[in-house]
Amino acid sequence: MIRSITQQKPMEEIESLIDGINRVFIIGCGTCVTLTQTGGTMQVEAMKKSLSEKGKVVTGTTVVPVACDNLTADILREFEAQLKQADGLLIMTCAFGVQTIARQINKITVPALNTLFIGKETGAGEYNEVCTQCGTCVIGETGGICPVTACHKGLVNGPCGGTNNGKCEIDSNKDCAWTMIYNRLKELGRLDIMRIYKKPRNHLGEPSPGKFQIPA
Amino acid sequence: MPSAFKKALNSGKFIVTCEVAPAKGTNLEKMTHHIELIKDKVDAMNVTDHQSSVMRFPSLGGALLVKELGGEPILQMTCRDRNRLALQADLLFASSRGINNVLCLTGDSVMLGDHKEAKGVFDLDSSQLVAAIKKLEKGKDMAGNELDGGVSFCAGAIVTPEAKPLEPQLIKFEKKIEAGAEFIQTQAVYDLDNFKKFMDYARQFPVKILAGIILLTSAPMARFMNKNVAGVFVPQDLIDEMAAAPKGGALNKGIEIAGRMIRKIKEENICDGVHIMAIGKEEKVIDIMAEAGLL
Repeated sequence: MIRSITQQKPMEEIESLIDGINRVFIIGCGTCVTLTQTGGTMQVEAMKKSLSEKGKVVTGTTVVPVACDNLTADILREFEAQLKQADGLLIMTCAFGVQTIARQINKITVPALNTLFIGKETGAGEYNEVCTQCGTCVIGETGGICPVTACHKGLVNGPCGGTNNGKCEIDSNKDCAWTMIYNRLKELGRLDIMRIYKKPRNHLGEPSPGKFQIPA
Repeated sequence: MPSAFKKALNSGKFIVTCEVAPAKGTNLEKMTHHIELIKDKVDAMNVTDHQSSVMRFPSLGGALLVKELGGEPILQMTCRDRNRLALQADLLFASSRGINNVLCLTGDSVMLGDHKEAKGVFDLDSSQLVAAIKKLEKGKDMAGNELDGGVSFCAGAIVTPEAKPLEPQLIKFEKKIEAGAEFIQTQAVYDLDNFKKFMDYARQFPVKILAGIILLTSAPMARFMNKNVAGVFVPQDLIDEMAAAPKGGALNKGIEIAGRMIRKIKEENICDGVHIMAIGKEEKVIDIMAEAGLL
């Protein structure tokens, strides 16, 4: 299952974003941010405590089941009075949730998290970015591993000179995509695919902002 | 008309290139000094492109300076900071000013430099940049549009013979040659036996290979490179040799080692030439060449 991977913003930044917002309602989410421990019940409670200590009035908190779902507005109706008392909402969900809530609740909304990437759980508590939704999928030529995503530079013709014992030049904890692709294709006996020169990428998959409508 | 460097490459002589690093700022005195000191001793001078992703005076401006001072520049171009429009435009400009040698590089991540929050571009990779140059030479841009006024380049690229694993690196190397690279400047090599093995393989390709020589300045510098620079491996015996140098004599020992390696490469005809990188000690290129018996 794909997950929205988030990280809490530094407290200084959050404080700066809610400067002037004295009465805050905090919203977490029961889905991805609960899994990543960035916006579940515990983190929402910790945020409430932290902001209260800094003199903010927390009018209420809740952890909605799926913040990015359109039903969120209905669920939040239960907290109408507390939401009304608040000058603003501090949202501990990914940006999909923040934007859904911002559209539904007529209050200033402040994200407490940065959305890092859309990831796949690859181990206990470990998530990796495997697709950046580029719109021009190339993994048919790379053994099913995406170099656009897994290579820091998005290279499609092989590794750069920074590849280091199978790791990336920017972080020895990150695998070199091209070492992985090489190993996979070698195992499959298909290194011939890696030898084919790939033309410069087409960046016109779906010009940003993406929009899709099922044809009538 | 082929560039002077291209002519030298095809002459069969032992080629020597070196590196000049553009200034951090507009004071070009030091760079000018290095160029004037070295330009007549080498076949060409590479001008680095925001080396290690540190923002500097541009490689194009530096290459122009080499040209103006009567030297033969090799313009280093990375794909880190420019998309295909900007790269092609700079190639047109370079050609219009008689800068006809280009070393195509993917480029380090911006994260390794001094503007870590910048956007890395990488619209093209090094092999695609070589291919783009070849396309421009045919009178067309990458989109297939006709050019009013053509270009002629001598395009090169790099390879890391000590990369681990090596085979993916070699596959990329072959793509660069297939795309049209005429010369290859390697990442630093120190283990010449290992490098000979690489050359046994590389000889089959129609490309001139210049072995990368990075001047060792101290034993800690060598250890630092082993730990932090991908694809660079300084063998322990060289580190020991550096460490055994008398106090204040490490640099001279480094010059001696570099000179000795170049001499061996030339005498044993291991490859077509050398690319000397005396990082931060550019004026020492002369001493290295003297030590190698090249002056």
